[in-house]
Amino acid sequence: MARSPLRFLVLILAISICDAAGIFHPISDSHRSAALDLFKPVDGSFASLEEAYEALRTFEVLGIEKTAELSKATCKSVLGTLESSSSTPKDLFYALGVNGILKCSSKEETFEGIISSLQAVVRDANSLLDFYYSIGSLRLIKDQTSKTDLHLSDAEGTFRSIKALSQSDGRWRYSSNNPESSTFAAGIALEALSGVVSLASSEIDQFMIGAVKNDIVKLFDSVEKYDDGTFYFDEKLVNMREQQGPLATTSSVVRGLTAFSSVITESLNLTGDKILGIAKFFLGIGIPGDTKNFFDQVDSLACLENNRVSIPLILSLPSTVISLTKKDSLKVKVNTVLGSHAPPLTVTLVRAFSSSARDNSIIENQELKFDPQDAVYFLDDLPASFDVGEYIFVFKMLVQDSEQQTVYATGTLTQVPIYVTGLIKIENAKIAVLDSDLGSVETQKKLDLAGESTVSVSANHLQKLRLSFQMSTPLGNAFKPHQAFLRLRHETKVEHTFVVGSSGKKFEITLDFLGLVEKFFYLSGRYDIQLTVGDAVMENSLLRDIGYVELDLPEPPENASRPPPQPVDPYTRYGPKAEITHIFRAPEKRPPQELSLAFLVLTILPLFGFIIGLLRLGVNLKNFPSSAVPATFAVIFHLGIAAVLLLYVLFWLKLDLFTTLKTLCFLGVFLMVVGHRTLSHLASASAKLKSA
Amino acid sequence: MYQRERERERERDYREEMARSTGKDAQALFHSLRSAYAATPTTLKIIDLYMGFAVFTALIQVVYMAIVGSFPFNSFLSGVLSCVGTAILAVCLRIQVNKDNKEFKDLPPERAFADFVLCNLVLHLVIMNFLG
Repeated sequence: MARSPLRFLVLILAISICDAAGIFHPISDSHRSAALDLFKPVDGSFASLEEAYEALRTFEVLGIEKTAELSKATCKSVLGTLESSSSTPKDLFYALGVNGILKCSSKEETFEGIISSLQAVVRDANSLLDFYYSIGSLRLIKDQTSKTDLHLSDAEGTFRSIKALSQSDGRWRYSSNNPESSTFAAGIALEALSGVVSLASSEIDQFMIGAVKNDIVKLFDSVEKYDDGTFYFDEKLVNMREQQGPLATTSSVVRGLTAFSSVITESLNLTGDKILGIAKFFLGIGIPGDTKNFFDQVDSLACLENNRVSIPLILSLPSTVISLTKKDSLKVKVNTVLGSHAPPLTVTLVRAFSSSARDNSIIENQELKFDPQDAVYFLDDLPASFDVGEYIFVFKMLVQDSEQQTVYATGTLTQVPIYVTGLIKIENAKIAVLDSDLGSVETQKKLDLAGESTVSVSANHLQKLRLSFQMSTPLGNAFKPHQAFLRLRHETKVEHTFVVGSSGKKFEITLDFLGLVEKFFYLSGRYDIQLTVGDAVMENSLLRDIGYVELDLPEPPENASRPPPQPVDPYTRYGPKAEITHIFRAPEKRPPQELSLAFLVLTILPLFGFIIGLLRLGVNLKNFPSSAVPATFAVIFHLGIAAVLLLYVLFWLKLDLFTTLKTLCFLGVFLMVVGHRTLSHLASASAKLKSA
Repeated sequence: MYQRERERERERDYREEMARSTGKDAQALFHSLRSAYAATPTTLKIIDLYMGFAVFTALIQVVYMAIVGSFPFNSFLSGVLSCVGTAILAVCLRIQVNKDNKEFKDLPPERAFADFVLCNLVLHLVIMNFLG
């Protein structure tokens, strides 16, 4: 290498201090369509004036037309708020904001009543938010009417009381009895102070303005950054009343900063890099999904578009892929954050190098030409030494008019990763079956990887399969793709994948089946061969079935591993399953009906035998009570027993246990009472007989 | 020779007499049992008859099961056990009602009969439930 080590070190240092790689795109049409989707009014109007203001301001910045019904409905709500005497300064602030966009009313009478009450609020306010809303409302009134004589009664005093809430690190407190300070409050305070200055009848003391400028510088000392070169503000304290995220905090600071810088005469001592970094932070969010975030992003970018500190210019590339086959040219766009035209610039490609060989830059200090029709800077032709691959291009832009150079923030160097793609030549592809021990070629067939033809070979486990091809870039250099795989798939869908190794331009893989027999699970049969060669910069990546190989492997031994189960087709998993037919237990063999009936008769016979026996014994009913009352009881007793037996028969035939038990309870109690009477009567009768 | 014939004759006569006497003894035993039984009071005879009827019914059911197999086993069990159970309750009744039984002298027979009826009803409820 002919370069001196010092220059090498400078190179490395330059690369490290320039803006990190990353492209930011200015606001585009996708933002506009997203805004229309996001800010949808409910029933023709927005829920609150704050939301209406956010939506309408976003539409105004992005240049989206509002519908007439929406304007009418919102204007009605605005006028209602302005005329009502119970509106808070916050309501008036947002109503006036919407009025400024929709221009509902500019009549002086509407504002007369409000002005005096707002002035009173300013006089008596002691919290930052009260100052902010009242002063903001008064400023909006001054802008919307032609009242040039609208002034604050005590501008200096108000300025001093707002300034009194500031802290030494540039942040502000919300009120004097709240010790916590916040960066979000600093942004609000700066906006309020800018309102005071614009509403002051005479000039504010320059000493105080200088103090605020110092506060701003200290505030910007606490700015945080990400690796990709974006700057942002975040709250340090946790557990604040309502913790604002970095987006809300940064946008509050931007609003305050741009408002304050627009009312003071001297410039602020802030480097353009931080403003550019904050602009990149907003653009790096992309398209937010929340209305508040969307409004914060778009409103802050609108503030940055025309601010008096420094206007950020964004360098973006419409496409980071350059195709050698299509002979693309490198195109670069430079816009403001909202996508408007930038002033005339000189855009230089400082350096272009391959990401694998960083110290070898292929292009140095090439100025890009400007195409006024498309408003792009382009590089006509890449030099012939550009091969396919990944590169890093480093750009620098400079405003042509030297007086305007402080107005705009262009940053130092911007690194962009570029992909150069092209057609990779694949040639000399062949597949061969070799004899294992001798290494001699048994069959060799040429492959046409670009076409559709397939080949078929056959091999047994003693042979080897070799696939080889050569790849080279358009310039003839060796090329190593991200993916080079060979896959063998059996008829039973069992797959095996191998990586194709390379040395220089030659790619080759040899499958020795003797060693692979166990890996293949001893499955013989037809294997489809699939070749995959792919890379991000390869325009003709291929994934192709190049044919099949009939493989003859030996029989699997006893303890060979089985192939893994193949994944089930997901549709069959949820499809109907095979029907299950329940096999009922074979019923027991029952005896023939005649036999059962015969035995039924036989079982009844002993009963008759019993009755006959009783008669032979000379059984009599002499002891049956003869007098009326005991007789009835006796009869009822017998009937009761009969009833219980009948209940049992019914229970067997159709009743269930619970009804039976319930009935049995009643019957049983009845029976016991009656039986007791009857039997005790009988007992007393026999006792009388015995004693007599 | 004449003596031996006479001895044999005497042996034969002796054996015949023994057989006759055992037969006569058995008959005498049977007769005495019958006459003794005739002396039992009628109520007890009724209970004995009832017991015989129950056991006989159980036997018929067992024979049926032996022929056709015990498929609804619960039915077989409930049938047999109802007969056996009621026979046992009858035995208990007989014991309690028998005047010669010193243990149950103070128990009025009506009370025993009431117990018999109640227990039978409970037994038959369970049997009906188990019959299926």
